[in-house]
Amino acid sequence: MNAAFARRIRPVPVAEMLSRPRALALFGALAVLFLVLLGRSLYLQWLDNDFLQGQGAARSSRALEIPAHRGRIVDRFGDALAISTPVKSLWAFPDQFEASKSEMASLAKLLDTTPQRLSARLGENADFAFLARGIAPETASRAMALHIKGLNEQNEYRRYYPGGEVTAHIVGFTGDRDQGQEGMELSQQAWLGGAPGSRRVIINRRGDVVEDVAAIRAPRAGRDLALSIDSRLQYLAFRELKAAVAQQKAKAGSLVIVDAHTGEILALANVPTYNPNSRNKVARDAMRNRALTDTFEPGSTMKPFTIATALEAGVVHPDTIIHTEAGSMTIGPNTIHDAHRAGPLTVEQVIQKSSNVGAAKIALSMPATTLWQAFSAAGFGTPPSTGFPGEVSGRLRPARSWKPIEQATMSYGHGLTVNLVQLARAYTIFATDGELKPVTLLKTDGTVAGRPVIKPETAREVRHMLELATKPGGTAPQAQIPGYRVGGKTGTARKNENGEYVHKYVASFVGLAPVSNPRLIVAVMIDEPSAGDYYGGSIAGPVFSRVMGSALRLLGVPTDAPVDNVVLPPPGDDVKEET
Amino acid sequence: MTRVNVVLLVVLVSCALSLVTSRHQARRLFVELTREQDQARQYEVEYGQLSLEQSTWGMPARVEKIARDALHMQLPASNRVEVVGVPNVADRQ
Repeated sequence: MNAAFARRIRPVPVAEMLSRPRALALFGALAVLFLVLLGRSLYLQWLDNDFLQGQGAARSSRALEIPAHRGRIVDRFGDALAISTPVKSLWAFPDQFEASKSEMASLAKLLDTTPQRLSARLGENADFAFLARGIAPETASRAMALHIKGLNEQNEYRRYYPGGEVTAHIVGFTGDRDQGQEGMELSQQAWLGGAPGSRRVIINRRGDVVEDVAAIRAPRAGRDLALSIDSRLQYLAFRELKAAVAQQKAKAGSLVIVDAHTGEILALANVPTYNPNSRNKVARDAMRNRALTDTFEPGSTMKPFTIATALEAGVVHPDTIIHTEAGSMTIGPNTIHDAHRAGPLTVEQVIQKSSNVGAAKIALSMPATTLWQAFSAAGFGTPPSTGFPGEVSGRLRPARSWKPIEQATMSYGHGLTVNLVQLARAYTIFATDGELKPVTLLKTDGTVAGRPVIKPETAREVRHMLELATKPGGTAPQAQIPGYRVGGKTGTARKNENGEYVHKYVASFVGLAPVSNPRLIVAVMIDEPSAGDYYGGSIAGPVFSRVMGSALRLLGVPTDAPVDNVVLPPPGDDVKEET
Repeated sequence: MTRVNVVLLVVLVSCALSLVTSRHQARRLFVELTREQDQARQYEVEYGQLSLEQSTWGMPARVEKIARDALHMQLPASNRVEVVGVPNVADRQ
C-alpha cells in the first residue's frame, strides 16, 4: 500500500511528459495571452485613463453649491435695517400634481388658505404653478411631510426691512436674485452681496458626503454694512416731518440730521415714502430720496455764507450799518424787495431779519469771484459724496457768467440750486470753527478732520447771528428749544418753474444746537406748503425745534440754557421774510 | 533572514491596519464636521430670523405706539421738566 502510494506520487520529469516543441508552443501561447492582458491594462491605465477617472468621479463625486447670503444693513447700534432670511417656495407641475381631498385640505390649512384657492392657482398655468412663495422653512417642511405627489420645494432668500417706510429711502431695496436696486442696497452691492461657492465632495451609495475633495470656489459671504443712521433719531425725524407735511398740506418734505463732530448723517427722512416690504403699487415719485436727488433754490439759508464771505474779506464787520433803502433796491431793470421793511440794519440784523436788500448790498461790495470761491469752498456745486446713488451736485454757475443782478440774488439763495444734504453739510462750517466736514451715510469712528474754509472768529460771529435769528426780533422764534441755545436760518423761497417765479414756496430751516458747542445740524425743507402760511420760520422752524430738542435729549447733550429760555414775540410782531 | 522578513511583515500589516483605522476615523470625523457645519449654518439662519424679529418688535414706531396707547405714557411738557446741572467731569477730578 505504502509502496504503491509512493510510486504514484513520484515526480515525473517534464521531459518525460511533454516534448520540447509542445512545451514551447504552450509557453508561447500563455505569453501572448499575458501580453494581451498587460497591453489592456496599460491601455486602461494610461491611454483611457481620463475617461475612466471621469466616469468613476461621476458616480461618487459631486459639486455642491455652498450658499452665501447677503450681508445685513444695520444702524449705528447694530440694529438690523435690512436682513436676508431663507424662505421656501412650494411649486408643482400641475399635470403631475396629485392630491387627495384630505391631503389638499391639510395643505391648505398649513398654508393658511382654502383648497379652492389652491386649485385655482394650479389651474392658472398648465406648465408651472407656485402654491406658496416665501414661506417659513418650518411650514414648508411640514407641507413636504404630507408626501403629496408632485409637490416640490425650493430655497429662496427674502430681504426684510424692519424699518419699513421710516428708513426706506436710505436703505433702498433689492430686486430679483438679491441685486441692489435702490439706495445703499445698490451703491454697496459689492460689499453686501455674497458670492456662492462650491466644493467637490465624495458621496457614498446613500448620498451622504463622506469626503471633501477640493473647494472649487470658496463662498464669500456678504458683509454687514453699518450705516451712520441712529434709528431713534430717524424715527423722530420721520414722525415730525410726516406730521408737518400733512398739517401744511405740502407736496413733499425732507429732513436731515448731521453730527457736527463727525459729519455722519444720523437721520435722513423724506415724505412721501413707501414700504419696501411690499412695493407692488408704489409710485416712482415716492421712491425718490429727495434730500439727495432733488435740488431747490435755497433762498435765505444762503445768506450766512454771503455774510461770512464778507466778514472774511474784511468788507464789513458784524456791526457795520447797511442801509436797506426802505426794503427795495433797483439793479438795472430789476428790483429786489424785503418782505419786512426795516430801514438801516447792522450786518447782524441782516441775518436776524433776513434782509434781501442788505445781503445783496453786501454781496455787491465784493468781486463775483470772491463770492463764488466761498460758495464753492462751502461745497455748493459739488455733490455731497455720501456714497448714495444718484445724488446731485446742484448748480453753481462760474463767476464770470454772473450779471450784477444775479450776484445780488445769489447772495440770498436764488439763481443757484442745492440739495438738502449739501446745505446741511455747508452749515458744518458754522457748527465747527470753520471746518467743512465731509458728510457720510456710513458709520465713522471718532471725529473726522474737516477742511478749514473760514476763520474760527468768522464762524463764531456768524453762529451768534444765527442765534439772533431764533430770538424775538428774528425770523424764527418758533425754532427755539427749552434748555438749549439754538441758531439757524430760515428760508422762504419762491419756486422757479420753467424760468418764471410762481406763487409756490419752499419753506426751509437749517439750524445748529447747542450754540455753546454745536453737536447737531438739522436741516428741514417743506415743499409747497399750502395750508395758508408758507414762511420758513413758521413752517419749518417748529419742526426743527421739536426734532432738535428731542434729538439732543436722546443723545444726552447737556443743556446750555435755563429751561425758561424760550421767549416768543407778542402776536403780530413776527418778522416775515421772503427767500 | 526569515526573522527580518517576519518583522517586516508584522510592520507592514500593522501599517496597513493603522491606515484603515485612520481612514475610517477621518471619514467619521468628516461626517461630524459636516454635521456641525450644517448646524452652524442653521444657527446663522436662526440668528438672522431672531435679529429680524428683534428689530421688528423694537422699532421705535411700535414702541412709541404701545407706550402711548397701551401704557398711556406721554412726554412731559417743557415747563414740567427740571434740568439738573451736572458737575463737569473735569471739575470733579
